[in-house]
Amino acid sequence: MRNVSPVMQRELGAFFYSPIAYAVLTIFLILLGIFFTATTFQPGGQASLERLAELMPIVFVVFLPVLTMRLLSDEYRTGTIETLMTAPIGETDVVIGKFFGALVFLVVMLSTTLLYAFVVNVYGRLDWGMLASTYLGMLLLGALYLSVGLFFSACTGNQIIAAVSSMVLLLVFTFLAEYLANEASGALKLVLRHLSIREHFRGFTRGILDGNDIVFFVTSTGLFLFLTVKVLESRRWR
Amino acid sequence: MIEVKNLSKKYGSFRAVDNISFDVDEGEIVGFLGPNGAGKTSTIRILTCYHPATSGNATVGGYDVFTQSMEVRRMMGYLPEATPLYPEMRVREYLQFRGKLHGLDRGERISAISQVTDRCWLGEFVDRPIGQLSKGMKQRVGLADALLCDPKVLVLDEPTIGLDPTQIRETRNLIRQLGEHHTILFSSHILSEVEQTCTKIILIAKGKVLAQGSPSELREKVSADSKIFVEVKGPSKEIQSAIDNIEGIREIEQDASVTGDWTRFAITGDGKRDVREPVARVIQDKGWGLRELRREVASLEDFFVKIIAEQKKS
Repeated sequence: MRNVSPVMQRELGAFFYSPIAYAVLTIFLILLGIFFTATTFQPGGQASLERLAELMPIVFVVFLPVLTMRLLSDEYRTGTIETLMTAPIGETDVVIGKFFGALVFLVVMLSTTLLYAFVVNVYGRLDWGMLASTYLGMLLLGALYLSVGLFFSACTGNQIIAAVSSMVLLLVFTFLAEYLANEASGALKLVLRHLSIREHFRGFTRGILDGNDIVFFVTSTGLFLFLTVKVLESRRWR
Repeated sequence: MIEVKNLSKKYGSFRAVDNISFDVDEGEIVGFLGPNGAGKTSTIRILTCYHPATSGNATVGGYDVFTQSMEVRRMMGYLPEATPLYPEMRVREYLQFRGKLHGLDRGERISAISQVTDRCWLGEFVDRPIGQLSKGMKQRVGLADALLCDPKVLVLDEPTIGLDPTQIRETRNLIRQLGEHHTILFSSHILSEVEQTCTKIILIAKGKVLAQGSPSELREKVSADSKIFVEVKGPSKEIQSAIDNIEGIREIEQDASVTGDWTRFAITGDGKRDVREPVARVIQDKGWGLRELRREVASLEDFFVKIIAEQKKS
């Protein structure tokens, strides 16, 4: 575990050197700004960030895979994976370091949206407990998306393929699963509802902390990180 | 220091490394010589724990590269073939990062970085982004990284590829200097380079070890094939048969590219015998003109070319 922090620091540094991270951050802020003004920041609007949070799944599906696509792909493409994996560092440390590097960037991204919370609070009374639960939800949602993105980045040396495959998988589990759950009935409906990421996320935006939802996010994030480690290790079986 | 036993590496059905064995003793500079695609990089990657062997085993400093890979990685400095680096980082940042991976604390890192940047002539470039450096400078950064934790074993994969002649000479000198404190295994497909720097040469082609030994040992093996060249004026048929009759001549061949009065022959003597004197005497006695008589001791280069050509035929 000693080696997690240097990898994380390097990854975080790489984010701030790359133009993609700034582009993502800028577009993210512009989009949310427009959406915030159009929905919440209106006479008679609700003093909460619920509307903004509801937008997060689709925003994250588009932006987070772009952030994670280079994490391992780029190491394969440039060959730095060879110097990295011949240094005294294990696969788990590499994966966790990279994941946390991306997670810290996500926290930076999310923290900029706190501005909207303060603006809302000037004009109305914000429920801080609900806000905390919303942010916890966004963080868990983002962490899951990052782990999926990291997994696909470990599978290919092509960043575009990594980004597109994670987007597809996330779209299926975020939106398609929910849509199908509404169409289906019986046991299938139950299963699909349980698999739907958006279903699990909705509670957080309404200030409801459900143990089920937290467990869902934590375990699925853990699962994808575990799979990423295995993919990275698979180099040794070939 | 490095022991390799019956090592094989297959990619699918292709055998990149085919049952090779060799030893490297402490303090040796070993040149891993072979044409492109001989299996040098595959072998090196097994030794540096990047990928496992299909069969056989290898130990570095007594540690098995597969089961005790962390110990091996800790005592090894490795410069991969293409010198992969992170272009967005500055040289110092990169070395800091690598130092941390090797578990050096802050103080150790600072002194190690100043030492290796000195050694690899990186002084004025430490605060430049790696992406802006030339190929040669990048190579030095890679080398500095390999030296950073003062490893017992240095493995360099094609350290001079893509460098200009001055840089090649500098790198070669550096390797020789480093050989005083480290055990070095480096690969190359250029014979002269290996011949000048190494205490031992391992020649491999098509995944097999063809020969190994010190440069002088290998030279010994090939010196049997020494040749003499002679240019004579006179009736060529007669000359040929006259020389062929001299004792100790194995073969005489006329060089068809020389025309006119003069004829040129390539003569192979038996064993290590020097046949220049008897040849000169015969020509003298017959009264033919003589304008060149030269002996060529077979170089390692010829040996290298020959052995690889044989390998290709089979």
